[in-house]
Amino acid sequence: MDVRTEEFLAHVQSGGLVEAGDWMPDEYRKRLTKFVEMHANSELMGVLPERDWILRAPTLQRKLALTAKIQDEAGHAQLLYRIVEDLGKPREACLDDLIAGKSKFHNVFHYPTKSWGDVGVIAWLVDAAAIISQKALLKCSYAPYARIMRKICWEESFHILHGRDVVLTLVTGTDGQRELVQEALDRWWEPLMMFHGNPIPADDDPMVHWRIKSQPNEEARQQFLEGYVPQVWELGLTLPDPKLARADDGTWTYTEPDWEKLMAVVSGNGPASAERIAFRRLSRAEIDWVSRTVLAEAA
Amino acid sequence: MSVFEVFRRERAGAPMQHAGSIAAPDARFAQVYAREQYGRRGESTALWLVPREAVDEIEDFVDEFDLKYRRVDGYSIKERLKEARERAGAAAPRAGR
Repeated sequence: MDVRTEEFLAHVQSGGLVEAGDWMPDEYRKRLTKFVEMHANSELMGVLPERDWILRAPTLQRKLALTAKIQDEAGHAQLLYRIVEDLGKPREACLDDLIAGKSKFHNVFHYPTKSWGDVGVIAWLVDAAAIISQKALLKCSYAPYARIMRKICWEESFHILHGRDVVLTLVTGTDGQRELVQEALDRWWEPLMMFHGNPIPADDDPMVHWRIKSQPNEEARQQFLEGYVPQVWELGLTLPDPKLARADDGTWTYTEPDWEKLMAVVSGNGPASAERIAFRRLSRAEIDWVSRTVLAEAA
Repeated sequence: MSVFEVFRRERAGAPMQHAGSIAAPDARFAQVYAREQYGRRGESTALWLVPREAVDEIEDFVDEFDLKYRRVDGYSIKERLKEARERAGAAAPRAGR
């Protein structure tokens, strides 16, 4: 490692911040770009499972709230692609790589939705898992990303409540409605347990090393379990893991997820990966004339 | 596409603060995007859009002449205050004290 890189590393590890125009080692720029790009992709792909339910939302109020949440997420993708662009990768290249399967997005967006129960579980628990990671990113060494995360976390705050509200309405409704939530929860639990990634020790995690991430994966998962399992259980709902339990010291035990399966899912082999990527490819082709017209007019 | 830096005022009387940036084909589109991305929740009372190339950035603030006397941390009075108090205490009592 050269002296300049050593100084940079010491700077970020001691809490120092980096701005867009600052010099940074190639490795830092590459890792950061890939990470933020995946985050942006996840926001963009994350609207697709929910989009399917706009027309099928049970009430006008739900339809409006769901539409607002989807608009927020599309907006977050825009904000995050801007960060990526300033790091040197154009948005067009990001969108091309996404539909070519060259870049990744979060595992939870590779699964199909089957009922309105899924909409509640996604908005409540997927967003809860996401907000834990996102809050930790407020401490990212790359200041433009940390600043935009403040705005994103602020906007996300109503999403979890919206999801919990949907779930509460269903569990206080008919037996059939309660069953929708339980069935969705049974399907979503495995992807939720995989969401924060395999438990790499902080010392071995290059993302923690460069202080792009400040929270080890397992710590995020423990925080999720501590915060949300009791909230699920108090509604009389069950989770499909017989090993799930809280020890006296507050640590949660659980059945170890199949990490190879997680890798396969995020590499484009999840149950809905091909369909989602195909849809994104179709949207990109369909709006291509808009981009061309706008750019031609502006030129 | 051009990049526009976005500044926002959160409430009346608050300073304009940098909020982020947007990429847009021209100033008209930039306005539409900025409204959506930085004002749709009523979180701003005003926005400024500045083409990135119009921003003059100054980053180097070299204190060549050690101008500490302009700042609070340029004054270290602790030791001398202590000495002054001791001297005052050692002196003969004066009328009015």
